Amino acid sequence: MSVSTQSYTAPSPWALARFFAWVSGVTETQDRRQFFESRVSDLMDRMYGTAMRFTRDAANAEDLVADTLVKAWNGFEALADLERFDGWIMRILSNTFISRWRRGKTHREIFDDDATADDLDDSHSLYARLHQPFLLWYGTPEQNFVNGLLNEDISAALDGLAEGYRVVLVLVEILGYSYEEAAAELDIPVGTIRSRLNRARRQMQDALWQHARDAELVPGVDT
Amino acid sequence: MNGDEHDIARISCEEVLSKLYAWLDRELDDLTAEEIEHHLGHCRECFSRAEFEKVLRRRVSGAASEEPPPEVRERLNKLIRRF
Repeated sequence: MSVSTQSYTAPSPWALARFFAWVSGVTETQDRRQFFESRVSDLMDRMYGTAMRFTRDAANAEDLVADTLVKAWNGFEALADLERFDGWIMRILSNTFISRWRRGKTHREIFDDDATADDLDDSHSLYARLHQPFLLWYGTPEQNFVNGLLNEDISAALDGLAEGYRVVLVLVEILGYSYEEAAAELDIPVGTIRSRLNRARRQMQDALWQHARDAELVPGVDT
Repeated sequence: MNGDEHDIARISCEEVLSKLYAWLDRELDDLTAEEIEHHLGHCRECFSRAEFEKVLRRRVSGAASEEPPPEVRERLNKLIRRF
């Protein structure tokens, strides 16, 4: 048996430190990459659905999600707290949409609207319409109504809103923006956000009521 | 009546209705929110209305989740793999 006579030279502490830093850097990069892919995979339906509600168009929604992914990946290293990832990437999506949407539109085109924070007129309220004494004979009409709605019905009602109303409703009701955050994002007064929200909700409820009548979701109401 | 209840002003159903969406949007100050919650705890009609709006709101949020067509998902996955 031959024994190597070559002498072994131990790596210097500096070389070892560099080696371990490299390995841990590679591991960390891989971990972050896996995390990114895994979270995006879980959030894909939400990202695509929100993009669809914003754009109402499949090709534009795909573009919006793709742009969001590129921006998110490029900025991912700077995200220190990974627990904030979901909200962070959804913000990138809405910011990307809004900056695209505003491009080519004047401020007036986007929000040519009086800024009165009018209250929700109860005559448009689904609850008030469903809570009629004669309907109560049919059990719980509100519950039956909501249970009878398909996601497609709600998407169609949302998609039917005018752009300026829909964007505000998506920001506040779906993405959870505060009125102030939405106002800052869109560069409009908070009063206009309130006004737009009220009108958007009114129109949504009108559309859902019309749908309920057409689809005969509410017994005892003539179509 | 305990101290907390004493501090919360009684508000009418109309006031609750006019502030219901702001309450659901978490846009009210703490005292007004407490007034609304106190009212909802005692008024069956307003409570039912608030519950209905909450359920409808959840359904609207749910409409923002939509599975992309397989070919779209594949294109987006391919994009991620290139990062």
